[in-house]
Amino acid sequence: MVRARAGLEIHQQLDTHKLFCPCESRLSDEVVAEFTRVLRPTQSEMGEVDKAALEESVKKRRFLYQATDNSCLVEADEEPPHELNRDALMIALKVAALLNARPVDEVQFMRKIVIDGSNTTGFQRTALIAVNGCIETSFGKVDIPTICLEEEAARKVEDRGDVVVYRLDRLGIPLVEIATSPDIHSGEELREVAERIGYLLRATKRVRRGQGTIRQDVNISIEGGARVEIKGASKLPLLPRIFQEEVNRQVALLEIRDLLRERNATVGEAMDVTDIFQNTASRVIKTALKSGGVVLAAPLRGFRGVLKSGKYRLGRELAERAKAVGLKGIFHGDEMPAYGVSEEEVEHLREKLGLGPDDSFVLLAAPPERAWTAMERVLERARVAVEGVPEETRGPREDGTTFYMRPLPGGARMYPETDVPPVKITREMWEEVLRDLPPLPEEMAAHLVERYGISEQQAWQLIRDGTEDVFEDIASRTAYPGVVARVLLNLLPEMERDGLDVGRVTPEVLMEVFSRLDKGEFAKEGVEEILRAVASGKSPEEAISALRGGGEEELRDFIRRALEERRDFVVERGERAFSAIMGVVMKEFRGRVDGKVISEMVRDELRKFLEEG
Amino acid sequence: MPRPHLSDPGIVTIKLRSGYNVGIALDDIEEMEVLERPEERRGPGRVDTGTGKTPISFLSTGGTIASYVDYTTGAVHPALTAEELAFAVPEVSDECEVRARVFSSVLSEDMEPRMWPRLAECVAEEFKGGSVGVVIPHGTDTMGYTSAALSFMLRRLPGPVVLVGAQRSSDRPSSDAYMNLRHAVKVAKSDLGEVVVVMHATVSDTVSHVHRGTRVRKMHTSRRDAFRSINATPLGEVSDEGVRWFGERKKRDVEVEVVNGINDRAALLHFYPGMPEWLLEDVVNRCDGVVLAGTGLGHISSRLIPVVKRAVRDGTHIFITSQCLYGTTNLNVYSTGRRLLEAGAVPLGDMLPETAYVKLMWAMGSHPERVVEVMRSNIAGEISERRLITW
Repeated sequence: MVRARAGLEIHQQLDTHKLFCPCESRLSDEVVAEFTRVLRPTQSEMGEVDKAALEESVKKRRFLYQATDNSCLVEADEEPPHELNRDALMIALKVAALLNARPVDEVQFMRKIVIDGSNTTGFQRTALIAVNGCIETSFGKVDIPTICLEEEAARKVEDRGDVVVYRLDRLGIPLVEIATSPDIHSGEELREVAERIGYLLRATKRVRRGQGTIRQDVNISIEGGARVEIKGASKLPLLPRIFQEEVNRQVALLEIRDLLRERNATVGEAMDVTDIFQNTASRVIKTALKSGGVVLAAPLRGFRGVLKSGKYRLGRELAERAKAVGLKGIFHGDEMPAYGVSEEEVEHLREKLGLGPDDSFVLLAAPPERAWTAMERVLERARVAVEGVPEETRGPREDGTTFYMRPLPGGARMYPETDVPPVKITREMWEEVLRDLPPLPEEMAAHLVERYGISEQQAWQLIRDGTEDVFEDIASRTAYPGVVARVLLNLLPEMERDGLDVGRVTPEVLMEVFSRLDKGEFAKEGVEEILRAVASGKSPEEAISALRGGGEEELRDFIRRALEERRDFVVERGERAFSAIMGVVMKEFRGRVDGKVISEMVRDELRKFLEEG
Repeated sequence: MPRPHLSDPGIVTIKLRSGYNVGIALDDIEEMEVLERPEERRGPGRVDTGTGKTPISFLSTGGTIASYVDYTTGAVHPALTAEELAFAVPEVSDECEVRARVFSSVLSEDMEPRMWPRLAECVAEEFKGGSVGVVIPHGTDTMGYTSAALSFMLRRLPGPVVLVGAQRSSDRPSSDAYMNLRHAVKVAKSDLGEVVVVMHATVSDTVSHVHRGTRVRKMHTSRRDAFRSINATPLGEVSDEGVRWFGERKKRDVEVEVVNGINDRAALLHFYPGMPEWLLEDVVNRCDGVVLAGTGLGHISSRLIPVVKRAVRDGTHIFITSQCLYGTTNLNVYSTGRRLLEAGAVPLGDMLPETAYVKLMWAMGSHPERVVEVMRSNIAGEISERRLITW
């Protein structure tokens, strides 16, 4: 078993207004104005520039910002920040307390340089608020050395190449950042840690819910490998797979390294080989050449078989570097001839590059400037392959594999945010935080079992699904907690599997349905039909009426028939025929309609029947 | 770490390896150990300052138009010398030969009128020393006052004098400083012979406007496009491609001429309902001239008109402008205005109150025998006869 370690970094949006202005924390489609900016890497006094920052500025881009109804001059970087949102600070301190961390004595905000456009100012305001926390799962203890309070970035809306469009709705939403030590050693542990932290965050009841409100980044490295950051691994069930895939990737890269070293592999110089492909059948190359592009190739000596064969996929790593500067992909020796490139052309190429039997090559076509930049990146990656695993930031795919995004940023360039006064965390503040702490998962599970009579298994499942708060909200106000639990745990997942849009069954919808169930408007057996109708697009009102309406008409018809069939008996007994008729109707409708409703309707119909004579 | 300005005195600030600063209560510190003392960092070394190109002077007055950051300590260093400026803004040394000089290091709100005559002389020296244009980085708060003062004091200019500032601190990547400075240099290299202010025209980083020094005013506390030309259009527009002039402007002269006497016994009063007689009397007694920013067409309460009459009789000039800023004064239309005229107050047309105040000091100092005449004539574009509907 390979020794791997991982750390988890969670960013959670808080449910309060923005961190440095009173704008609402939400997404918005109402764009009210647009403006463009350029961000300039600030020179440090040694003339050094952060490597990741340099990579961004190389792309020489303008940024187009969309101001929304929930953004103001602060988001537009046209007004200094207001004082810190104290509510956000208290929520963050509550999270820190739940994670057994110790708050700093005075919170001092820093400016962390970010010039990819996602912050209009060119920096993110961030502060360390607590240290030395920890969390415990079935695998043991994991340290949480830092908890920070910071601003969320603007939302990337479109990348038009020379202009990147960002929307200011999300900029400034408060985030609490929780970073664990790399003490996590398995995919399952990773998932449990994420789950538990997620529960604690939700338990404060002051975090934003919904897609995009929580982000998880995982740092993974294996013994001999390198620290790789996987950004945006949101889906909890995917975490163990991401962990495993990354471990596999790094293991393969180390094997490739050993193989390359054995062969004394080297990376050669790139050259222009456009002439070889003048009459090529390859559509990719033809298209590139037609718009004035060039074809470049470079020798990768000793690289045969590591680019694509079996579990070795170095070729994909090289292609990702080219894609990061705008190319669609590259060709390499392990899969040539193919894609319209002929055997002859490959031969010609191998000769021109002076390749031996163990040697391979990389080939790409693009407009000249981009082609040379891409080749430079590709060859740099190839050179690193002989040394081992590069430190990188990668993005996750649905299948758990990842793709290259950018180099790992250097140490954070930070300096004090002098526009925001420091905030002292007083003893009184901390005591207030400790007074109002929400229950730990174990306490919550016990509480749910005791108060609502659901099983322990159901309680834990609700907690794991993150719906224990929705459950409690509704169950505390209805007489049918068992039904609520079954709806959340069984019915909704079943409906989702059946292809229905369970997104329409919001907590508000559930609340309405259950309160009307409590009022006796229908029987509990009708809940499924109502929710399925809502998921298919009906409003709760429509769904409930349909159920009742159908039932109501059916009931009325039945009562009338029952009365008609026993005409003589009813005429003779008059009002006293009520209980006999009730008996007949209840036999048919017991459980489907509330007894009280039936009795009212029977009385009503009986009276009408007698009046008509 | 140096204590942040509003930090609690019982807190000490330390920087962690991660880069974060945190405040720790002094009382909670159990033990401290000095591990090492870092060396004092020096500034940038050899930097190309554009030697051989068009010489442009940079006279810093305290506004930080450029800076660089020491990330180990978090200190922000202003770029004041030619080397520092060229290091922080390399584009500038591509455009010109940088000749930098520090005139003063005060916050612009601490600028005093007696500094303006000396600044005018420094500008003249730079031109005499061979520079073809002078760029003056200035704090934005009082940049309009300084630009007006220099407009009056520099009667003939062999090149442009360009005041420039930054609404967003120059240590941040989004700072408007850099575009403003680049555009200011372009204007400084042009054939203009006036004092102007160059700042962002919009909230986008696209074009800047060239504002006549006597017509410009800071009209927003924080926006990049805070500076506007009032009762005039800007003289032109600057983009990275160059300068596009909108209309008439003064071109460069053959030599520089300085007329910079000032009498700083002047005051600017913003009239408001309820302004007491004693306040106006007190000011009038201490000053040789007062500019009143009246309401509407230039009115003040009729209560105060006797005070004005006495002031004028005793030799204190009273000039009228409007706190509306836009539009011209006209004391002929309403009775209050006519009575003000009878009392001896002098309306100044569409001159800005702040510009009038600066001009008054200059007129009293440089042309004491003809103050009223000078105040009413158009010296540097501060008064115009027409206001167009399209402005």
